[in-house]
Parts: sequence; C-alpha cells; structure tokens
Amino acid sequence: MAKFKVGNVAIKGISSCVPSKELSNHNYEYLTEQERKMLIKTTGIEKRRVADDGVTTSDLSYKAAEDLIKSLKWAKEDIDIVVLVTQSQDYFLPATSITLQERLGLSKNCLAFDISLGCSGYVYALSVISSMMSAGYLKKGLLLAGDISTFSLNYKDKSAYPLFGDAGTATALEFNANQSMAFNAGSDGSGYEAIIIPDGGLRNPLNDESFKESEDENGLIRCNRNLHLKGLDIMNFSLREVPANIKELSEFADTPIDNMDYFVLHQANKLINNSIRKKLKLEESKFPLSLNTYGNTSSASIPLTICAELKGQIEKVPKKILMSGFGVGLSWASALINSETIESLNIIDYKLGRI
Amino acid sequence: MNVGDFIESLEESFDDIEPGTLKPETKYRDTDEWSSMHALIVIALADTDYDVTITGDDLKSCTTIQDLFELIKSRQ
Repeated sequence: MAKFKVGNVAIKGISSCVPSKELSNHNYEYLTEQERKMLIKTTGIEKRRVADDGVTTSDLSYKAAEDLIKSLKWAKEDIDIVVLVTQSQDYFLPATSITLQERLGLSKNCLAFDISLGCSGYVYALSVISSMMSAGYLKKGLLLAGDISTFSLNYKDKSAYPLFGDAGTATALEFNANQSMAFNAGSDGSGYEAIIIPDGGLRNPLNDESFKESEDENGLIRCNRNLHLKGLDIMNFSLREVPANIKELSEFADTPIDNMDYFVLHQANKLINNSIRKKLKLEESKFPLSLNTYGNTSSASIPLTICAELKGQIEKVPKKILMSGFGVGLSWASALINSETIESLNIIDYKLGRI
Repeated sequence: MNVGDFIESLEESFDDIEPGTLKPETKYRDTDEWSSMHALIVIALADTDYDVTITGDDLKSCTTIQDLFELIKSRQ
C-alpha cells in the first residue's frame, strides 16, 4: 500500500454543480414495479441528475469553479494550478483542464493537466495537487472533479442505467503551513474488466460493431460503446479493500477511527456503502449519503456529498474528515483531512444557456 | 450458527419475502423474486455478518439455501 503524508495544504472551499434535469428510478421501464422498489431500497438511489445532450463535464466544473472563486473572493491571477479528474473529457486531445484555464480566465502561468480516474479519482487527484503545492511555490490551486457518466449508459441495461448521475465539482486549495493530509492508495489492474467501456480507445477503436446492441446471459442489453459493470465483483472488491485501507490509514495517521468526525465515501450504492460502514463499526450519523438524490456520480461523489450533507457542519468548526474513493481500475484511495473550516457552497443547478 | 438463523437473516435482509417462505431446501435461484439485487444482498450479508467472502461463481455453484449455508460455514 502507498501511504504518505502531505503537509502545508488546506482545503478552503468546495462547490458542486449538477444538471437541473432530474430522472426518477420509479419511472424506469426496464424493471417491474416490484423490481424498482427492490432496486431503490437496495441501492438507495431514487433520483439522479442527468445532463442534456451536449453538456460536458467541463461545463459543470466551470460553473462550480466560477462560483467558488467568487465566493472565496480569490483573484484569478493568483491561481497557480488547475487539475481536472474525469473520464469523460471534452476531446480525445487536448486535455480539458487546459481549455478550462482559458475559459476560467486563469493566468497563462497556471499549470493545468487532467487525471484519468473515476470513483477513486477525487482522492488521488487531491494527493497529486496537494503534493505539488506542499513545497510552497504554488499558493492557490483548483481541483475539478466530475463526469457525465450517463453519456455511456444504455437505457436497456438495468445493471448500470439506474445507478449513475452527472456532476461537476470544484475544490479550492491553499498553501497553509499548519495543515496536513494523510493518504493511503492502491490499484489492482487484474480487475480492469469489472467496470469498463470496451470500445473507443486504441485497444478497441470505434467501429460499426461498437454500436451494435446484444443481450447477455443475464438479459442485459448494451453495446461495446456502453459502460459494462460486474456488480458482484465490485461488491467483493469494495468489501475486501476499502475497510482494510481505511484501518491502515487510521494507524498510519495515528488517528483512531473513533476520533474521526465524518467518513465521506464514494457513493457507490447504499448496500456497498452501508456494508463498509458495518465492517468498520461506524455510526450512521458520521457517514453521510447523497445517493438518494444524486446516485453514483463517479469522481464528483465525495465533494458533492460534502456540499449536500455536511455544509452546516464543516463551515464553522474544523473537522477530521476521512474520504475514501474506490471503483473503476480497479483503484482505491483514502485521505484523512484535518481541515480548517471549509466553505461549502449550496449545490448549483446547471441550466442550458444560463452559464 | 445454524441454518434457521441464516434463513432468518436472509429474509430480514431481502425484505421483499414473507418470513417463513425460505426453507433449507429452497432452490433460491428458481424463486420468482430472485434477482441480481438478492445476489448482492447475500454477498454483503456473508461478509458483514459472517466475515466470509462469497463470489458470483459461488452463488452459481450452490443450488439450495442449505448449500449456501454449508459453503459459508466451511469458510468461517
């Protein structure tokens, strides 16, 4: 396991932007009413926000970043680094974060690059940007995280379609000599097929077959351009790796689990998250869930859950926050943040034409 | 643990099955209600309550609730 500490960086603020269009799993036609009830109860996902055609991760992240910069009263020329973590970038190339440098009106001296990770991505990217800022040369940074996951879903695939929502987020980081974070990260490429979009990269370039739907032995209909999930493997992986990873981080950071204030996990589904909670013997009140309203939003899920569920708690009093992301890769990472107070914006509704 | 306790935990976790419906000899994949959600619930229950990992292939290799119970017990 890769365990490390990063000093001198504080999270100053977090904002999240979601499409205004809301879909309800109560209306999902590929399940019977009984199955829909079971799905909602088990996954905890009742509603999801879904982007209109043409709306990108960068659109949502741009809005989240603009509002956060304004709220913190940051001067844009002071921002030295912007990192975007996404797996739904605007173009094959260039990196989307560079287009956001221009769109946000940031300085040309600003360092910008993308990180390609999903569910674990927020914590990974936090470790990268904070490591780069830790030496004190880069004073202010923006971490943008999100995905338009719904672009890759097939309506006829009941194993994936009802689970995902779209979101873009922004996290503001600042050099601060009194702050530190601890990380513990891991990877297991043997599970790369558990969560995969098979076609569209260079291994399997897009071709006419990529869009041809077929039905598998479980009755799931999708094509190779769609997201494929192996739900049972993901459950096994999550319960095997995440509780152990969090326990290790607790020891490494010399902070007993009981002394932590909140456990903000990637929002996979309620059964997975609550099973992790039970294995770690955590109180429900320390374990916020935003699944019911937003579903699984990939790398946006941790900051989105903080904005949705912890705004009132983190703005006034410093807290010890454990974050843990896990999923596609397979990849996982946890972070323990001893934060100062964090400004958390109300969740922003994105409406087409009203940027 | 005994198979009765196991069935009780299963019925409680499934929530959509009347208590007393499942028997040791029930072929769980043949029941009307059985779905991928139930498979997920069984895996989660085995892990959180019995500290045993069972996989999708394990679920396919078992036929009855008794088979499943024996498998979990053998791994404890």
